[in-house]
Amino acid sequence: MTFMRLSGLTLAAALTSTAAWANCDLPGGNVNILGNDFAAINAVVDGARACAGNGMSVSANLTIEHRDIQVAALTPNPAEYTSAIVANSSIVPLINGGLIRPLDDLVAANGQGLNQNQLITIDGQVMAVAFMANAQHLYYRSDILAQVGRDVPTTYEEVLSTAQAIRDAGIMEYPYAMNSKVGWNLAEEFVNMYLGYGGTFFEPGSAMPSINNETGVAALEMMAALNAYANPDFLTFDSNATAALWESGQLALATMWGSRAAPILDDEGSTAEITGATGLAAAPTVGGGGIPASTLWWDGFTIAANITDQDAEATFVALLNGLSPDTIMANNDLAVWLAPGYTPGATAQGVFATANAGARPYPMLPYMGLMHTALGDNLSEFLQGQESAQQALADVEAAYITAARAQGFVN
Amino acid sequence: MPHRTFLWFILPSLLAMILFIALPIGSVLVQSLYVEHEQVLIETETCGPFGCTPSVSVDQNATRALREAQPLGRFNGLRTYTDRNHLAFAEVAAAWSGSDGWVDFGGRLMNLPFYKALAFTLAYTFIVTPFVIILGLAIALAVNGLPRMLKGPTIFVSLLPMIVTPLVGSLILFWMIDADGIIGATLQRLTGNSDLSLKASPALTWLTLFLYGIWSSSPFAFIVFYAGLQTVPGETLEAAQIDGATRWQRVRYVTIPYMAPLVVFILLIQLMDNFRVFEAIVGLSAQANASSLSILIYSDLRGDVAQFGSAAATSMMTIIGVAILLTPVLIRTWRDFNRKRV
Repeated sequence: MTFMRLSGLTLAAALTSTAAWANCDLPGGNVNILGNDFAAINAVVDGARACAGNGMSVSANLTIEHRDIQVAALTPNPAEYTSAIVANSSIVPLINGGLIRPLDDLVAANGQGLNQNQLITIDGQVMAVAFMANAQHLYYRSDILAQVGRDVPTTYEEVLSTAQAIRDAGIMEYPYAMNSKVGWNLAEEFVNMYLGYGGTFFEPGSAMPSINNETGVAALEMMAALNAYANPDFLTFDSNATAALWESGQLALATMWGSRAAPILDDEGSTAEITGATGLAAAPTVGGGGIPASTLWWDGFTIAANITDQDAEATFVALLNGLSPDTIMANNDLAVWLAPGYTPGATAQGVFATANAGARPYPMLPYMGLMHTALGDNLSEFLQGQESAQQALADVEAAYITAARAQGFVN
Repeated sequence: MPHRTFLWFILPSLLAMILFIALPIGSVLVQSLYVEHEQVLIETETCGPFGCTPSVSVDQNATRALREAQPLGRFNGLRTYTDRNHLAFAEVAAAWSGSDGWVDFGGRLMNLPFYKALAFTLAYTFIVTPFVIILGLAIALAVNGLPRMLKGPTIFVSLLPMIVTPLVGSLILFWMIDADGIIGATLQRLTGNSDLSLKASPALTWLTLFLYGIWSSSPFAFIVFYAGLQTVPGETLEAAQIDGATRWQRVRYVTIPYMAPLVVFILLIQLMDNFRVFEAIVGLSAQANASSLSILIYSDLRGDVAQFGSAAATSMMTIIGVAILLTPVLIRTWRDFNRKRV
């Protein structure tokens, strides 16, 4: 798989390609970046800011609410931002609206230093440049697994039996957690589990849903079985909450984002006993399936369509400067970088293991966002025991079809 | 005041109201009648760091032509209002004919997002509003009876729930009711039940939201009533006292009648505010157990695909809901007003 060769590739590139890197020597232009707010993106944008001066201006708005304003901000001409930093899912509405431009010319002129697998191409056109990868995977406490004499679970069935052993040993009543807050997070867990069982979300060649089936029921029942080992408050757990539980030593097994590894393993917010015993493993498989029950994500940058060519080139060059091997090396452990200059470290093990085991990328379909919303709104009643799995899945399909009809995807 | 002068007098505020209230509502109404264009989809291949996968994307040129021909989208009439994610006429009819008895019908109704949200919204409105009025009046009477020196600090402390930003107030409560928080842990110890969770049980979540609503809105009622209490004539109260009225009788027969117009005012404001309950549900991460009409609108507009038509339809129905709630109060006020004029 492409990802597997990645670590070797990046190392080789880091040693050789520094000289070929574009510098920000341009006649001028305005750069304004919209993106999510976390440490890795901050590092990239700081690198882009270094290009300011000599007629170039660089500013940025980094906010966790970026997805909610990106379409409105890139629609007018000229667009409010020259670049939007996106992920697999949030690039879709920008493509649907024709709001970002193909980057082939800019890549040919300035992007020689990029790895081929950083280029996100849709129908042969480069639409984004990815710079980091992310996935949810298993976190485990080696000291507690040793106490109950268990190996690191590789399937969710083993996660269940290990959690039961930890409970039986009286070590923890609620040893497991996943990001199961109602809404986006809970839907993402279902997507992971359903793909792990080998499910597909839509009927072939159409936008009609196909989740109300045995695979969907199995995925939901596995989520319910796992959450029986989670604190009863699990429907309020977002990634901040699960990370805090982990750092306070209240969990022995958890499914959390790879990007949480660096903040969890650092020496802040937890004790040496907990961080020292924290291990990262691939996301487990489920139901005898061959691939991890997880989805692969990338974060990357796009360039707005409704701006001048000069601003577009300035933005591209400035962001490339933010991805220079020097920047990546200085921020090596903040993310699983895809750009040249990266040396995979301890914090990247979980994401690499998950990708190498063949996890699938999150589906980049124009109507997947509506499915995600419908899942987030309709699964909690089943997990609280108020309705059957079939009813929950039927509700998801009905809510999705209604929304997809209003958006013009379904007749 | 002659009509002409009156017109000139209110013209600036009338213009502002048309510009900032009437026109936006009109625009929302128009949006609620339209849905997006039919999307022209094409088969594509998507490649990235994790390899290539066959995919589907929207045909830009075909979509652009559709968009230029009909900028608002496809006209859909009232069908957005009646679809499953709103009033769900077809589903309600099916539930009606397919159910055996009221309980079953109610259960099926609560499975539809709009009715589930409406149920919580109405329960919240009708439970929180009376408690806010009663508690506000009680606090106002108590503070009014305090010695002058203590009044200032007490008023300040009593107003704190209103001063604290609603989202921050609800987040503080969210952390306090956590199993590790001061309220959550105390309750677990008192009941001896280590599984007791105010966040997990629907009934306890509703109770927490109601208590939060009463806590955060009572200061408003209190300060209005407190201002009103300063206008209650001392002579009437003294006369009642000489006639041998007890403290309760003085409150019941002198103070409360004087406060009646204020009760109507607070009732109007609180019905409107509580019908739009929102921050508490977000702050307490209570979406699993409680949803409201405002939460539906919020959820439509967030995420990767913003559903404007659906959000607009729910917004219009919220306005209609507030209007229905306020009608009885307004009719009563109008009658009183006419009676006084005669």
